[in-house]
Amino acid sequence: MFDSLKDRLQSVFSGLGKRGALSEGDVDAALREVRLALLEADVALPVVRQFMERIREKAVGAAVLKAVRPDQQVIKLVHDGLVDVLGGDAAPLRIDVTPPAVILMAGLQGSGKTTTAGKLALRLQTRQKKKVMLASLDLVRPAAREQLRALGEQIEAGILPESDNETAVQLAKRALQAASLQAYDVLILDTAGRLSVDDALMGELAEIKSLTNPDEVLLVADSLTGQDAVTTAKAFHDAVGVTGIVLTRLDGDARGGAALSMSQVTGCPIKLVGTGEKLEALEEFDPARMAGRILDMGDVVALVEKAAEAIEEEEAMRMAQRMAAGKFDMNDFLSQLRQLQKMGGLGGLLGMLPGIGKMKKQIAAAGIDDSMMKRQEAIILSMSKKERVQVGLLNASRRKRIAAGSGTSVQDVNRVVKQYQDMAKMMKKMGGKAGAAGLKALMGGGMPGNMGGMGGNAPSAADMAKLSQKMGGGSMPGLPGLGSKSPFSGGLPGLGGFGGKKKK
Amino acid sequence: MKWLSRLTAGLKSSSSKLTSGLSALFGKEKIDASSIEDIEDALISADLGMPATLAIIEAIKAHRWDGPVSEDGLRSVLAEQLTTILTPVEAPLTINTAHQPHVILLVGVNGSGKTTTAGKLAAKFQRDGQSVMLAAADTFRAAAIEQLAGWGARTDTPVISGERGGDAAALAFQAIEKARSQNSDVLIIDTAGRLQNRVELMDELSKIIRVIKKQMPDAPHDTVIVLDGTVGQNALAQVKAFEAHAGLTGMIITKLDGTAKGGVLVALAREFSLPVHLIGVGETAEDLDVFRAREFVSALVGGEPQEQE
Repeated sequence: MFDSLKDRLQSVFSGLGKRGALSEGDVDAALREVRLALLEADVALPVVRQFMERIREKAVGAAVLKAVRPDQQVIKLVHDGLVDVLGGDAAPLRIDVTPPAVILMAGLQGSGKTTTAGKLALRLQTRQKKKVMLASLDLVRPAAREQLRALGEQIEAGILPESDNETAVQLAKRALQAASLQAYDVLILDTAGRLSVDDALMGELAEIKSLTNPDEVLLVADSLTGQDAVTTAKAFHDAVGVTGIVLTRLDGDARGGAALSMSQVTGCPIKLVGTGEKLEALEEFDPARMAGRILDMGDVVALVEKAAEAIEEEEAMRMAQRMAAGKFDMNDFLSQLRQLQKMGGLGGLLGMLPGIGKMKKQIAAAGIDDSMMKRQEAIILSMSKKERVQVGLLNASRRKRIAAGSGTSVQDVNRVVKQYQDMAKMMKKMGGKAGAAGLKALMGGGMPGNMGGMGGNAPSAADMAKLSQKMGGGSMPGLPGLGSKSPFSGGLPGLGGFGGKKKK
Repeated sequence: MKWLSRLTAGLKSSSSKLTSGLSALFGKEKIDASSIEDIEDALISADLGMPATLAIIEAIKAHRWDGPVSEDGLRSVLAEQLTTILTPVEAPLTINTAHQPHVILLVGVNGSGKTTTAGKLAAKFQRDGQSVMLAAADTFRAAAIEQLAGWGARTDTPVISGERGGDAAALAFQAIEKARSQNSDVLIIDTAGRLQNRVELMDELSKIIRVIKKQMPDAPHDTVIVLDGTVGQNALAQVKAFEAHAGLTGMIITKLDGTAKGGVLVALAREFSLPVHLIGVGETAEDLDVFRAREFVSALVGGEPQEQE
């Protein structure tokens, strides 16, 4: 999905030249694509509309970062906006009150209230050493009370003894009394699942709320929910005043746009997420991860941030001018190497790309690591100032001296010289012929976006080949070996071979 | 037609949304770009998803309007499109009493309403005069067995169950044995909810089916996925994965009495052409009824169900 959003954004921005800011037209076109992506992730339409308005305000006139392409910049804006709506700060449960703290669980049928009540009790017992009582007020679903009792026994929480002929409201009253008499720290009230259109049951919920005056009213919601999330959240919020949301079944593969719908509509933070069937599987909510999930992207955002940090504007401008003039010497090569290292080195860069995580180990095993870049740096530093500017001076005896000085071999020195030559050749081509367009491709970004295109599945050898092509054509700042036909074969010994090995 | 009124009441908010979103269009000479966007929004809000929405939009664009666009006109074009997509998947759940027992396996993600549906199905087949047996093969969720037993008591249906945490496949095996010995017409097996991306749980489901086949090679006769009516586009991933692991024969959509529109059915019908047997429209045992495309569509877009042409 991110692939298609990214591709569509790329095509939207393909016409964007060297202008310094995103124009209204650019932004509108891009945001239409973002809108579709959010809708596909099940974010409710009214929420999408509101959200797009916010993003639009921020996006128009935003300065174009040199290091990233505008499509990526838009994605980052959207991502940050999502994080913002989802609740930037951690929102702990409000249970440090005069005991017993009362937590009321509410939600639709089948959203996972009872299971979540059990998980929450366990979490409070183990992490915060609270004495917890569970009470089921669900008289509707057959065996709902048995389910909560079984969970309570399993985790050794207090359970409100059942009795027949009591209404949910009477049960709540008795639970409150029992919890305070028996000195429980927390009382968790599980309620019957109800439809938001069921006035009678919603009224009962409101009555329970006013009687027990809960410290937290948690709306338990299924992350698989579609457009209805917004209706549900609003109905519950209007009826009982939700204080927080628990999102269940996040271990599924839904994009979870419901999370955004619900936080926006209620203005409440998502406090916890259910991530599995085990009773321990209740975690704190991470807005950034959720935003990434809704956009279905890897940590491209972090990559964009790093690129923005690492490549200082002035340095980038200086490089750009030199390249435009077709000038490129060993000093420039060195500066690119260092920028790449600042961005976390090759390993760091690859790690941030979607789908590459698994491959990291294999890459390490193939001997592609940052020590190689360090060696290349050492080789260049062992050259004299004159040699760095006039690479043609490097004859056999000078190369021997450099190898000795950098603790490498002559072959290593030859390889660096070859890489430099390949790169210089390309720079000349771009600087001379293609001019501004080539420059933009180089400085404007290319690499992170192109590589992002691999998202999703574990990369295959074919993906790797595609990746190397893209990097070759597209210009990751300072990647050694750039511009040769097979960039990795020169600059990154081992990686090309790695692709080949995998094919067998 | 009791269920229709319930469904219509349930879907009322959605039908008003579908048409209120479009009211600005009425009276226009032709459908322009912004009108198209309004229609698009309305369809998306009903959980139709992008591919289905775009296909319908294309059809509306291609439609020739005689004169200004009227509310009824647009509604009927929309309804026609939706009905065309949904009619082929209309198919009731039919029992072949020659099977003795006809085995129905209910599968789906957690909380979609499998156990409740099992109970409602039992009640329905009892009403139809068939002898029914229930099997509580959800041995994972706390009190799932008790919940099904509750339905058994309510509908006067025998329930085969084992220990919580027991082997679901073994229980299914025993249940078929039991149903045979008691000459039951129908055996409904309730399974534990599982998210479709959990490989080990999906493998367990495949195992249940393998073991059922050992006892009865042509069973399960129906493997039905139970989908929550509020579900979004993930329903497609659910059906796909359950189809791959369990070989689905049909689906049942629950909880359509709420505000959810169940429009994902349209996307599902386009993608999988899997029969839609029944829809759940309430909490009582009777609130499970046959899916009828024409009526579902009319509840969705508003207006009267159209006559068959």
